[in-house]
Order: sequence, then C-alpha cells, then structure tokens
Amino acid sequence: MSYIQKPAAHHPALPKNKLGHTRRDYEASMSTLCAGCGHDSITAAIIEACYRMDLPSHRIAKVSGIGCSSKSPTYFLGRSHGFNSVHGRMPSVSTGANLANRDLVYIGVSGDGDTASIGLGQFCHAVRRQLNMTYIVMNNGCYGLTKGQFSATNDKSSPSKKGQANPFDAIDLCQMAISLGAGFVARSFSGDKAQMVPLIEAALSYNGFAFLDILSPCVTFNNHTTSTKSYEYIRDHYQMTGRLDFVPQMDDIKVEYDTGTSTDVAMHDGSMLRLHKLDDSHDVRSSDEALMAIRKSAAANEVATGLLYINDEQRDLHDVLATDGRPLNSIPMSELCPGSDTLAKINKSLA
Amino acid sequence: MPSEVTPAPASLPGKARGNARGPSDGQIPGMPPTDINNPQYFHKVVDCQWACPAHTPVPEYIRLIAQRKYAAAYMLNWESNVFPGILGRVCDRPCEPACRRGRIEDKPVAICRLKRVAADYKGDVDGMMPVMPPEKNGKRIALLGAGPASLTVARDLLPLGYDITLYEKDPAGGGLMRTNIPSFRLPITVLDEEVDRVVNLGVHTKFGQEITSLKSVLDENYDSVFVGTGAPRGKDLNITGRAEADEQIHIGIDWLTSVAFKHTESVGKKVIVIGGGNTAMDCCRTALRLGGEDVRVTVRSPKADMKASDWEIEEAEHEGIPIFDNHNPKEFVVEDGKLVGVKFEIMRAEYDDTGRRKLLPTGEEVTFECDAVLMAIGQDNAFPWIERDIGLDFNEWEQPIVDKTTMMSTRPGVFFGGDSAWGPENIIWAVAHGHAAAISIDKHCSGGDIADRPAPGSNLVSQKMGIHEWSYDNDYDAQHRTAVPHADLKISLANLAVEVELGFDEKLALKEAERCLNCDVQTVFTESTCIECDACMDICPVDCINFTENDAEEPLRAALRVPALNADQDIYVSDVLNTGRVMVKDEDVCLHCGLCAERCPTGAWDMQQYFYAETQVSKVTHAHHSAYLR
Ligand SMILES: Cc1cc2nc3c(=O)[nH]c(=O)nc-3n(C[C@H](O)[C@H](O)[C@H](O)COP(=O)(O)OP(=O)(O)OC[C@H]3O[C@@H](n4cnc5c(N)ncnc54)[C@H](O)[C@@H]3O)c2cc1C
Ligand SMILES: Cc1ncc(C[n+]2csc(CCOP(=O)(O)OP(=O)(O)O)c2C)c(N)n1
Ligand code: SF4
Ligand code: SF4
Ligand code: SF4
Ligand SMILES: [Mg+2]
Repeated sequence: MSYIQKPAAHHPALPKNKLGHTRRDYEASMSTLCAGCGHDSITAAIIEACYRMDLPSHRIAKVSGIGCSSKSPTYFLGRSHGFNSVHGRMPSVSTGANLANRDLVYIGVSGDGDTASIGLGQFCHAVRRQLNMTYIVMNNGCYGLTKGQFSATNDKSSPSKKGQANPFDAIDLCQMAISLGAGFVARSFSGDKAQMVPLIEAALSYNGFAFLDILSPCVTFNNHTTSTKSYEYIRDHYQMTGRLDFVPQMDDIKVEYDTGTSTDVAMHDGSMLRLHKLDDSHDVRSSDEALMAIRKSAAANEVATGLLYINDEQRDLHDVLATDGRPLNSIPMSELCPGSDTLAKINKSLA
Repeated sequence: MPSEVTPAPASLPGKARGNARGPSDGQIPGMPPTDINNPQYFHKVVDCQWACPAHTPVPEYIRLIAQRKYAAAYMLNWESNVFPGILGRVCDRPCEPACRRGRIEDKPVAICRLKRVAADYKGDVDGMMPVMPPEKNGKRIALLGAGPASLTVARDLLPLGYDITLYEKDPAGGGLMRTNIPSFRLPITVLDEEVDRVVNLGVHTKFGQEITSLKSVLDENYDSVFVGTGAPRGKDLNITGRAEADEQIHIGIDWLTSVAFKHTESVGKKVIVIGGGNTAMDCCRTALRLGGEDVRVTVRSPKADMKASDWEIEEAEHEGIPIFDNHNPKEFVVEDGKLVGVKFEIMRAEYDDTGRRKLLPTGEEVTFECDAVLMAIGQDNAFPWIERDIGLDFNEWEQPIVDKTTMMSTRPGVFFGGDSAWGPENIIWAVAHGHAAAISIDKHCSGGDIADRPAPGSNLVSQKMGIHEWSYDNDYDAQHRTAVPHADLKISLANLAVEVELGFDEKLALKEAERCLNCDVQTVFTESTCIECDACMDICPVDCINFTENDAEEPLRAALRVPALNADQDIYVSDVLNTGRVMVKDEDVCLHCGLCAERCPTGAWDMQQYFYAETQVSKVTHAHHSAYLR
C-alpha cells in the first residue's frame, strides 16, 4: 500500500467524454491490493469502459461480496452507489437492489471463492433469474484475501505455491453460466485490456444477465511457475475465439448479420457488438457450440477467451415478472402502500 | 469516442495470433530501445537543468533548500553559475519556461527566486570555497572587460595556477551587471560580494584601463586573450529632430551607466522611453525613481510581441508606467532648440499565411509631450579597437567569427564570450561561454586539442529505501506558485537603491520548494523483470506509461494512451517484452511521483536520481558536484 495518494493532477490533454468527464473522474480511492494484482487491471478496465460509454456515475450501483476482488469496487467509480456485502451474498443483495430500482446499472464484483465456493448457490439463482446486471468474477484460482488457499476454480494440475497438490477438478464458471441460462457469457484476462474493455462495455449494455469470468493472477499467492493462473501460463495458453468491437451508437452503421467473418448483434440501448470471428471459432449464438468450444480448448490445455455466448432475445427478471416499469422510489407512497382497506380486501379474497 | 466501427486495438498475442514470445529477432519494425546510458537522455528529462546554459543542477539545489541546507545549495550554484546571489535576482531564467511544472499547471516552479533563497540564507561560505594553489603554472592570460564572461574565465582558470590580468575601462568590475542593471533589482552589496569573491581569488585588475588596440595586447605575449567586452554600443534612431534635441535624448544603456556611477541624478518630468525590451523596462523604472512624473514606454510592435520578459513588464506596469504599443517614432518635436515631444505614427500588425508579421502604418499620428527621451532599441557588439589585419576574421555584419563550441576566434589563442561573441544575451549565457572558453584556453596553453571536449559526469542512484519509501519526497503538492513579497511601492519608488523584491522567507521558500517535481529522479525500466501486469500503466496519474506494439516514432507517439504530441520531449522505448510489445513512456508530463515503481510487483521500475554535471576545467571549482559522482 502506498503512503502517498495518487495525485489529482492529470495529463493536461486528457480527453473528456460526452459528459465532460475524463477517465480520471471515474476513479476512486487508491488500491490497497498487492502491487501487480490482476484485480487492479480489471478495475482500470471497468473505469475505461464506463468512461467510454459516457455513463453517469450516479446511475451505477456496485455490489460485491468478500475477498480482494470484492474490495475492488472501492477503487473505481467513487461517485457511484456501492454495497460491500457478506461473503458469497453479492447475488442476493444485487437481486434486491435491482428489483427495487431497475433504472440503475448494476456491476457485481466477486471472486472465484466468493462465487464458486460459498456463493455458488446464490450465483446459480441470479443466473437463473436473468437478473439484469454485469456479473464479474475476478478469477485467480485462490482465496487471495485469506492467504491463497485453493479455490474451486483452481485447476487440478495446478499445485500451490508451496507445492501442495490440488485434489479436485475445477469448476468452470462459464460453462455453468451457459448451462444455467445466462444470456451473455465471456471470458477474458486482466492482462489484456484491448479485449477486456469492449467486453465490459458490451456486458454493461446487455439487457439481462451478463457474466464475465476474468482471469486475474494473484501475484502474491498464485503466480508461481507451476500455477495455471499465472501471467505467464495464461499468456502461453491463451486462445482468442474472436475479436469484439463495441459500437456505442449504431445509428449510422449498417447491421450486417453473419457475413461469415463477422457477426453483428444489436443491443437494446442502441449500441452494437461486432464480433470478428477467427477461422475456426464457433457460433456465439449457439449455447451448444459455445459449451463445446470451451471444453475443446480446455482439453487442449488452452483457455478460450472472448465473447463465448450471447442470447440477444433474453428477457430479464423484470420482464419475466412483468413488474411495474418504475423504480420503487418513484412510485407514489399511496400506490406502494395502498393502506389497510386494500389489505383487508386482499385478505378477504384469500379467505 | 469512437462512433464508427474501428478495429479493436491489437489484443494480446495469444495462440490465435501465434505466440510472439521471446526477445526481438530484429524483425519487428519500430523505434530502437532508448539508450539511457547516453548521458544526455536523462539530462534532457531534467527540463530546468537542460535549459540552463550552465546546466545548474536545479532539482538537487531545491531539495537542499527544502532541507534548509542553504550553504550546500549555494555552493552547487556557485560552482555552476558563479553568481547565485546575482542570478537569484536578475537571471533571465530560461529554466522556468522549460520547467515541467508549467506544463502540468500554468506556472513553473520559482526556480530563480529559490536560488536567491540559497544566497540569502547561506551564512558564511568562505570556508567552502576552493583554495588557490601556491604555485603559478607560468601561463599568462589577459581578460578584456570585467563582465560575467571574463569573471567566469578567471574563476575557472585561477585554481590551475594561471596568471590572470583583467582589463576594464570602468572603475569597478561586473560589467553591465554593475552599470546597467539598476540597484533596485540588484543591490550593490550582492553584486560586490560575488564579483569580489572572484577578483580576490588573485586576479590582477587593471580597472579604468580601456583597451584601444588588440594588437598592443597581443604584443604583450599573453598565452591566451579572452575578449569579454560585451555589446557596448546602444542603437540610435536618426529621425527628424535627432541632432537638435541631442541634449535631451539619451542612449538607454549609456544613461543607465551614468546613473549607476551617479553622474546622472535626475531626469525630466515627462520622459518617453522608446523600446520594448528589458533595457526599456530598466530605463523607465529608473526614470520614475529619478523624479520622472509622467514616464511612458512606447513600442513599435503589438504588446504581445514585446521582447521584455513578462515579469519585467509586469513590474513596470505595477509601478504605474503605461506602455503604448504600435507607436512608431516619426519625429522629435523641437521648439526653440528644445525637445518638447515625440511624434508617433500608429501601426497595425498584419500576419501572412506563414504567420510572419508585417507592421503597417494606419495613417493616424499622435504626439506625446516630453522633456527627455531614453532610447532603448537594442545594442551591438562593436570592435573599433580590433585591428582587421591580425588574422582575426569578421563576417559581413562586422561580427567576429567565433566557434560555437570552443569560443575561439580565427586567430588561435584569442577567445570570445558573453555578449561580445554573438551580440546581446544575458548573464547566464556569458557564464556558460566563460566555462567553455576556460576549457579551451587550458587546452590551448597545454598543447591539447581544443576541439576535444571533456565528457560530462553523471551518476544514477536508486532512491529506494523500502517498498513504499524513497529518499526523496515523492508526494505531489498541488500548491500554486508562491508570490515573492515586494517592498512598499511608496518606499521603493522614492529611493533608487531600495530593492523592490524582498525575496522569500524560509517558510515561503519551503512552500515553493515543495512544488518541484524532482525531475532528476528518473523512472528507470528493466525489461527483463516486467511481467506486463499493467499496474504501472493503470496507476500513473498522467498516463505516461504504455504497453503497445512498436512502430516508427510518429505513429507510435500518436497511438499512446494520451498521444505524445510534444515533440520536444522524448519518449522512452523499451526493448521487446515477452508478449512482443514494448513499453513506451512519454516523458512530457511525468510527475516523478514514483507510483509506477511502488505498484510494480517485480521492481521493473525504479526511481533513480540522475546527477549530471558539466565538466569544468578545474576540479576544485567543482568539488560539490564531484561529491555526487561516483
Ligand atoms: C539594461 C540592461 C539590463 C539587463 N538586465 C539583465 C538581467 O536582468 N538579467 C540578465 O541575465 N541579463 C541582463 N542584461 C544583459 C547582461 O547584463 C549581459 O548579457 C551580460 O552582462 C554580458 O556579460 P559580458 O561579460 O559579455 O559583458 P558585459 O557585462 O557587457 O561586460 C563587458 C565589460 O567590458 C568593458 N569593456 C568594453 N569595452 C572595453 C574596452 N575596449 N576596454 C576595456 N573594457 C571594456 C565594459 O565596460 C564592461 O564592463 C541586461 C542588459 C542591459 C543592457
Ligand atoms: C462467511 C465467511 N466465510 C469465510 C470468510 C473468509 N474469507 C474471506 S475472503 C475469502 C475467500 C475470498 O476468495 P475470492 O472470492 O476468490 O477473492 P480473492 O481474495 O481471491 O480475490 C474467505 C474464505 C469470510 N470472510 N466470511
Ligand atoms: S519541476 Fe523542478 S526539476 Fe522539474 S523542471 Fe521544474 S524546477 Fe526543474
Ligand atoms: S513517476 Fe511513474 S507513475 Fe509517476 S507520473 Fe511518472 S511515470 Fe507516472
Ligand atoms: S508494474 Fe512492473 S511488472 Fe507490471 S507492467 Fe509495470 S513494469 Fe511491468
Ligand atoms: Mg480468488
């Protein structure tokens, strides 16, 4: 942890977005994570994505659980809403918040421990309910905050720093998310902002459950030469399934569906995703093909990254439940709480 | 904001693009890695020191001031620039416009006034001064003119045992620093102290002796002669009425000289100063103190184009002197043999496509009443006393031909420096010329090759004391530039000798010193340990650091996080990294905050103090510098 604060002084030529904010305006307190932690790079990518999308900070809510990863919302979007919840409980807090106020943009930040161990049940139900949020797992294969114990995403072949073997197979959160019906599933790597930033932009503009599994080396406990979650290993076994461009305003761009080399996906908010396919990559609209592709890569000891799956017809939780279009805080009290007469009527109808 | 489809920036070279791991095979096009072993690379990053003609180690002396080590700060200055007390008041300060701080917020560090602090609070430094050798080396040198250029040559050569004779037409040494820079900017005591310190090292002074023939000096068989006679001829304006009004029209620099020697103690009530340079500013402010009631400055050009330094103009205006721009003098109006006014035509500036300015008369005319005119429209170096048949060549403008590096004329053994070499400059350039000439003179006298210049000394030392601890104060201080307190205007206008600026007290000095960014504490990158985690790039408050594909300089600069458009500032390019990319750091607005090094998990960045010292001819006038070198 640095003794000094990051100076507010910035490059005099730092560009501003449509809201008149610089990238620096989306920062928050300085990170207290270990120097070189992948989570900090993901933080920087979230900042960059929000800046590029001209998002107003006060319309964003950050929710997290417990872990080094879950601490990171303190380090981005200092002027947004935030809730640092209990270990593994980010999904239920997000669900409540989202139901109460559907107008905010929800960024859930979790770790592999927070999501794949203690919070696995919660995670499954958030996916299943198609919660409209961006759910980011900063995946380092270990419990960083509690000094590096194996997490459920650590590969069987990846022993601990001290040489202890890992007896269990890893849970692949992307496969789980696809199986459970997530509408947007992607994997990336903290060391690759060029890939990460457009994926985060796309996830933020996706209407439904957007899941991002971002490999994020723990420099202190899981970056050793035998780890499969180290900077070096990931770079060596990195496989890109395609390249994504995020187009914020598609007004003047013609959407060309499936030309063979690129796939365009129109988003609800007027933006567009253009996915440049690589030769042998799968159809991102097919969950079967996506699952196959992930498994094939894994079998070949590689990590498939990029946008893995997208369902552009997903209906989110509010849609499914046909809730009121308004956030609770803008519904008049008389409607929200219609009084004892109405209650009596309801009770009567149940009698 | 990209609003059309632009291909995403190159992503990591993973399997899909073939693994481009391993060091360069020499095939990747783009910039070669920066050679940080070239002593000028990091020197250039220290903007202030780089801009200082004498390459004074500014950030180090500012840190010494912050530690209240005034004497040490003074000595580093004295060794570099010989006149810290003088320069701390009147230097042209080329370092300040260069200061990095000025590119981050609007105002640079008050480098010059901090130098004055070192001089004001240094205490007794006699014991820190070099000791002269008891033995002479048998070589005799003549210095012509006792301005800063000659005095620097004397200071540099005396410790080597040279026998130095200094000829000066005026009764005391100092040159224009004594005769032209008014005492309300430079008190006599400060001037005397620093001029005497050099003279007392053992110079044979011949004050009051004007040289009228270089030949006769050469006839005395000196081993070398240094011409430091300045640019003593003020320009005149031959327009209608000039001759008739001669008694009331003065050449600015001659008039200031006669004021300095108290030959002139009053001036008319209505004074017009013609000219827009610093001499004009000194003339008008002096006139105000000698009883001028209506003192005006007139300039031919628009005010924005005035040659005077901004701070000189500010001071004059602060004292209530109006500046009339676009006023071109047409005629001295004489009535009954007396000057009663000056007639001006009003000009207007027009700029062509290339931005070149043309001054055109508007047809309008105006007459200002006056009873005295001070002419401050420039100076020439003039050498009526140098014979043209002694092998010393002049160019078509009657300027001596002088080598830019060695300061030698076409006659071996005769050197020039200061304003005499290429016309009017300033004190710090005169000092720099003096250092260079001293090196040449020593080589010339000892049979060496004067073109063979000594290499500078430099040293790079890590400042790391702990994971987040550095031996310099790396915390950025958002403080704005501290204003220098001034004497009460009523008091200073009433007395020519009262110094206008009071200087910083210790508290203000400390406040200002904290603004310095420590640009000499360099960010040094080691490719082999970088794991490309991006932590440094993410933390850098000014977006200096990039990891990107290499390219030719122009496209590479354009492709950075914030494009590096300031071509005066270098970009630091690493060798190829594991992913095939390179690290590119734009040096332009780096705060030297060390956060990159603090957030680097592998120590690939380190903060290292770079000490750079121009080599001087004698080691003993460089002892404080040498202590920083290995
Ligand atoms: C009004 C005015 C204000 C200035 N203010 C500043 C300022 O604030 N800051 C700054 O940095 N610079 C200032 N300058 C410029 C600066 O003073 C000069 O650039 C500098 O002094 C040049 O130094 P020098 O050693 O070349 O010669 P000078 O200082 O000009 O000294 C030359 C000496 O040679 C003597 N001399 C000349 N001919 C002969 C001869 N034939 N025989 C014997 N002696 C001779 C002269 O009497 C003089 O003493 C100012 C100049 C003027 C005119
Ligand atoms: C209920 C509960 N059980 C256990 C813990 C201890 N604990 C804190 S963080 C953590 C694991 C965090 O791992 P992960 O989510 O992967 O985050 P990382 O630190 O690796 O980013 C655990 C088990 C806790 N805080 N609360
Ligand atoms: S900030 Fe300090 S070191 Fe940097 S240029 Fe200015 S005075 Fe020199
Ligand atoms: S010292 Fe490092 S972090 Fe600080 S401004 Fe310079 S490059 Fe950026
Ligand atoms: S922080 Fe260090 S290891 Fe990480 S990218 Fe920067 S220099 Fe390389
Ligand atoms: Mg973890």
